[in-house]
Amino acid sequence: MASNLAVRGLEAGIGEKGILLGVDLDIRAGEIHALMGPNGSGKSTLASVLMGSPTYELRGGTVTLDGEDVLALSPSDRALRGLFLAFQYPVEIPGVTVGKFLKRAIELRSGGGGMSVSAYIKELREAMDFMGMDQAFINRYLNQGFSGGEKKRMEVLQMLMLKPSIAILDETDSGLDIDALKVVADGVNRLRGEGFGALVITHYRRILERIVPDFVHVMYRGRIVLSGGRELVEKLEEKGYDWIREQYGIEEEADEGVVASA
Amino acid sequence: MKASSPALEIAEYSHGYHFPDESVFRTRIGLDESVVNAISERKGEPEWMRRYRLRALGAFRKKSMPSWGADLSSIDFDALCYYARPQEAQSRSWEDVPASIKETFERIGIPEAERKFLAGVGAQYDSEMVYHSIKEDLSKLGVIFTDPETALREHPDLVRRYFGTVIPYLDNKFAALNSAVWSGGSFVYVPKGVRVDVPLQAYFRINARSFGQFERTLIIADEGSFVHYIEGCTAPIYATESLHSAVVEIIALPGSRVRYTTIQNWSSDVYNLVTKRAAVHRDAVVEWVDGNIGSKRTMKYPSVYLIGEGARGEILSIAFAGKGQEQDTGGKAVHAASHTSSVITAKSISKSGGIASYRGLVKVNEGLRDVRSRVVCDALLLDGDSRTNTYPVMEIESDQVSIEHEARVSRIGEDQLFYLMSRGMSEAEASFMIVSGFLDPLVKQLPMEYAVELNRLIELEMEGSVG
Repeated sequence: MASNLAVRGLEAGIGEKGILLGVDLDIRAGEIHALMGPNGSGKSTLASVLMGSPTYELRGGTVTLDGEDVLALSPSDRALRGLFLAFQYPVEIPGVTVGKFLKRAIELRSGGGGMSVSAYIKELREAMDFMGMDQAFINRYLNQGFSGGEKKRMEVLQMLMLKPSIAILDETDSGLDIDALKVVADGVNRLRGEGFGALVITHYRRILERIVPDFVHVMYRGRIVLSGGRELVEKLEEKGYDWIREQYGIEEEADEGVVASA
Repeated sequence: MKASSPALEIAEYSHGYHFPDESVFRTRIGLDESVVNAISERKGEPEWMRRYRLRALGAFRKKSMPSWGADLSSIDFDALCYYARPQEAQSRSWEDVPASIKETFERIGIPEAERKFLAGVGAQYDSEMVYHSIKEDLSKLGVIFTDPETALREHPDLVRRYFGTVIPYLDNKFAALNSAVWSGGSFVYVPKGVRVDVPLQAYFRINARSFGQFERTLIIADEGSFVHYIEGCTAPIYATESLHSAVVEIIALPGSRVRYTTIQNWSSDVYNLVTKRAAVHRDAVVEWVDGNIGSKRTMKYPSVYLIGEGARGEILSIAFAGKGQEQDTGGKAVHAASHTSSVITAKSISKSGGIASYRGLVKVNEGLRDVRSRVVCDALLLDGDSRTNTYPVMEIESDQVSIEHEARVSRIGEDQLFYLMSRGMSEAEASFMIVSGFLDPLVKQLPMEYAVELNRLIELEMEGSVG
């Protein structure tokens, strides 16, 4: 069944501060969506809230996955239903090896049965080769002492192994050199197809040249203000975000500290 | 959608079963000369040991309680029984062990442990060894692995030469108490150049209510030998408080290596006050691996006294302090010779209001050269109610030394939990994974079956987590 993630009027924040001020978005399996927008517009908050981060308070709206209320689910249950978040800043888990962690995550994702150890090792090795990662990573502690690029590859490796139906990639391309960028894009493209939908959050056009999106959205001050096709990427590249502000008559506030992306 | 912090609760103590007390001889409640004499007489000891016990009793009365460390004020020495003997003769084989005792052993897995190539099983049920077997090949090598009473009878010269030389009864109040009323424990002697390739293992267990267990262990590794001794403890749960006060002495003669591994899982009413110390001679190595889970209060600081050039000491300490528990643990390294080195690594976990404290000493005597020491303390707090303290003492009287000290405290992170949960793990499983990961570098040093047991104990302690 093709999954359908539906976000309606989503509002969330921290303390007094509202960050998401009514987000509407639909992601269906088979579609790649790009989400762009200036720093501080709420892109990463949206990613975290969709996965169930305890950092943010929900203020309103709904999120459903194939009609089921996602917001009532724990992050674990969201993962088990096929949601995946590639973290912008993956967390170090000392003492837990990549191999042990991934094996358990796969067992859980497949409903406890999992796969045989040999099938798992075979698939893991193949995926690591695909991601250009040394096999030695299997026995390293998860994300500990990894470079920025290695952490991002590890996120995509996990995505390849867990085969989510809807993946959110939170600036997975940031800080990557061109080689790393290529393997990250290859990873997403590998899953691309009927059963897989993705929200690719980015500041940069270069990743979208490799993961060509079906839809592009622009977020600004807690809302998605503009949606379109891939031509939007060109336009943003050319004109920056000021153009949106002017074009769509958004009022500037002196204290908002929003800067256009480089 | 603020995540609830993991409100972890102590799981019911799984080894908290007990059987009717079948002790056939026990001293009256309380402690005086007549009790000490009765113990000595019962054991048929030589006169020098009886006198030693009486001198130790005098020291015990004079010594004050430690003014630092865990709160010991509710120990009532007059309300304890100091000696109970479960049966008349020491059993030779498994078949001779009484059924109720056997059932207890089976529940803690001793026969299984033996099947796993353990060289010898010395199991302490209350004060006396009731089951003790040694594989023949060890005997052929001249290795002695027995209880100290037997050693006193069969190897009197060895015992007299080394007993109390590393930890004299004047050392501290609890060492004095143990020296006065000791009963059971292990005696190990490894002859020159002999390597014991499989670990020697003893299982200790308290069964009689309100009964203080005072086992005494003496390990002598002769020149160039190697031995790994393992001691594990479980105790049934009781409402009244029990006192466990052991003394462990290791003599590592030149060029020898001794590894001593303990995993202790006392029930939550036990006071666990143990003095452990090793004298490490020239080019010898002593390693303490000390895991403390359970008990009401633990005070234990395995020590290495590096008395010969080239001596090395290593102390790994693991503590888990749950609700109502205080683990005051650490290690001491005393450098009394040049070209010596020590490493102390301490990891502690506190949850549900538990208190884990690291207490350590590194001492380097005057005029020594080329001395190295490294102390690393890592504490993990699982919730806001729990506490950790660090009391590192350095007494360095030489300037030709390299001393490192690192201390870190971390809290189980909401971000770590979220990360693991986003991969499908429940909050409870994510917490356990973080805790076992924290301990992994130490657990890897344990023999396989102990690593499995420690993980299982931690998992039990973590049960009741919000999932």
